[in-house]
Amino acid sequence: MGLALFNTFILLLLVVAALLALRVKDLLTASVVFAVYSFLMCLLWAEMGAVDVAFTEATVGAGISTVVLIATIFNLKRKSSD
Amino acid sequence: MKLLSFIPVLVVGVLLLYAAKDFPEWGSPDAPASKSPVSSHFIANTGVDTEVPNMVTAVLADYRGFDTMFETVVVFIAGMAVLAILKNSGRKKLVKREFEVDAEPDLIVTNTVRLLVPVIQIFAFYVLAHGHVSPGGGFQGGVLMGASFILVALSWDLETALIRFPLNWTTILGGLGIFLYAGIGLLSMFLGGEFLDYSELANIFPVSREMARYHAMLGVEIGVGLTVTAIMFSLYANLSTEGRLQRGL
Repeated sequence: MGLALFNTFILLLLVVAALLALRVKDLLTASVVFAVYSFLMCLLWAEMGAVDVAFTEATVGAGISTVVLIATIFNLKRKSSD
Repeated sequence: MKLLSFIPVLVVGVLLLYAAKDFPEWGSPDAPASKSPVSSHFIANTGVDTEVPNMVTAVLADYRGFDTMFETVVVFIAGMAVLAILKNSGRKKLVKREFEVDAEPDLIVTNTVRLLVPVIQIFAFYVLAHGHVSPGGGFQGGVLMGASFILVALSWDLETALIRFPLNWTTILGGLGIFLYAGIGLLSMFLGGEFLDYSELANIFPVSREMARYHAMLGVEIGVGLTVTAIMFSLYANLSTEGRLQRGL
């Protein structure tokens, strides 16, 4: 029961984070929300017992790709045009 | 137009939800993935064949080593592509943006990072070397190692990080990683086995065939780690400065 509740909570937050990352006009905010999405995914993988995948998600998804996105946004305009 | 594109999205979404009904239960032993002979073969034989407790690493670096080798090559090519595109492109002149300020590196931030970076690097080595036994491996260890240099670049400036990790190392280290991986594979081929059949390495090293696979996996992971470390840092350094390599983020 507790596990199902945890999963439902994480999955709901995932949907919220995904929608938010698409809707937000500021690209910096979008990439931070994207990192949140990755971290929630990481929690979900860890809960499923796929610890290797969770580790990769935490380092690559939430860590490096956010830094690379922010480094790219630094050289672009911050506002999304659509 | 937005409404028009919403219709296929809705249709596909409903179809996906409909298909999700047919998925097996979570962790069910009757799921096709658990029933297939492949997974039961790996579960039964990984410990016997390679003496590696972490099956994921054994599948990744040994049974499926060819795939992992070219994954590393893909990472290397991505780094080289960014380098090739950004190296001689764009505004060479430094244009100061309105939100940029000239500030000294912050005392608190730099001293915290000074304490953190060694810990991160030791943890990266641990993840890399302990990848057989616990979760981890070359990719994760390499990314952690690259992240420690990126942290230096973020808290001081890019020049400080480039003194510690010159960018012309990245091509060499990245190539060296793949060379190490393919070299272990080729060595086992010359010793009479197939490409990446590490058990043949027992002919020249004083270990059993199982332990040869165990140790060759470590060698392969080190190769992956080298490439990933170098490419992650070069990606950051090039992307944050548009290839100018000065005054980035």
